[in-house]
Amino acid sequence: MSATQIPVVRNILEANDRIAGELKDFFKEKGILVLNLMSSPGAGKTTLLERTLTDLRDEFKMAVVEGDLQTDNDARRVAATGAQAVQINTEGGCHLNSNMVREAIRALDLDGLDILFIENVGNLVCPAEFDVGEDHKVTLLSVTEGDDKPEKYPLMFNISSAMVLNKTDLLPYVDFDMDRAAGFAKGFNANIEIFPVSCRKHEGLDKWYDWLRKARASKKPS
Amino acid sequence: MHELSIAQNLLEIIREEMKKHGKSRLLTVKIKHGRLSAVVPEALDMAFTSLTMDTSLAEAKMVMEAVPLTLKCYACGKEFSPEDTAHIFVPCPHCGEEIGHTVVSGKELFIEYLELE
Repeated sequence: MSATQIPVVRNILEANDRIAGELKDFFKEKGILVLNLMSSPGAGKTTLLERTLTDLRDEFKMAVVEGDLQTDNDARRVAATGAQAVQINTEGGCHLNSNMVREAIRALDLDGLDILFIENVGNLVCPAEFDVGEDHKVTLLSVTEGDDKPEKYPLMFNISSAMVLNKTDLLPYVDFDMDRAAGFAKGFNANIEIFPVSCRKHEGLDKWYDWLRKARASKKPS
Repeated sequence: MHELSIAQNLLEIIREEMKKHGKSRLLTVKIKHGRLSAVVPEALDMAFTSLTMDTSLAEAKMVMEAVPLTLKCYACGKEFSPEDTAHIFVPCPHCGEEIGHTVVSGKELFIEYLELE
């Protein structure tokens, strides 16, 4: 039998994208704003969530899907703010995918929910390839990591609507050039919003909250 | 490290296409991946080999072709490709604009063809 070359031209991650698309439709119908929060391990995703869930709790009903390799430490931290939280343990997996999120949200009461945060596994590479039904990807970068991170991990910053620059209270102690980091982040993404914050010192968060309010308002069911 | 997930997805598509075309042997799978996509060819090849070892697809060969990064300048709108292998953030060679370029190609990750028997 002779070999045949069959043109296929199929996106390898089409199965993930299909479920992500279904989730997007579902969240749209429910009028829930969904944010996929990504960063390196230790950049401050959970701390940003703790602040946000606490400061905006009278304004919005919020819930969190927590992705980690192991432990439910983060889910317990965010649940302590009073928000609903569900933990996904990837047990070694380096990213969340749309199927994991679809399963996880079954444990949440989504009625009347305003914002769902999906805290991805700490990793600046792999999560960038997997949509999980979000409206926006938000990438955190902490000033202790170095200002060239957006140059080293361009895809993550290219596809993000916003970059939160955390730990600005440590700027006097590290060689981190805010303009350089912003320049790299905007390299392939003219419209990325940049929010310098210190979650620990409670600084700069107002602009992040305003952005959330705006994003939330544009998602409300008509 | 997500190459294992990619390889699993890839295998599902391959098996589906083989069934659709009534073929039982996979000789080659050709993949195109953009320079900006977070895929390491060696890692994907290793993942594919591990998943197909001791199966009917064990003899299949994976061929990968990188798609260059093409950008459209934010200021002048002309397209260019950063030739530098170490740096991808380079000013537009036509007008010097440094930021805000749009990615035209370089994020792809798809199967181009299968060679089946």
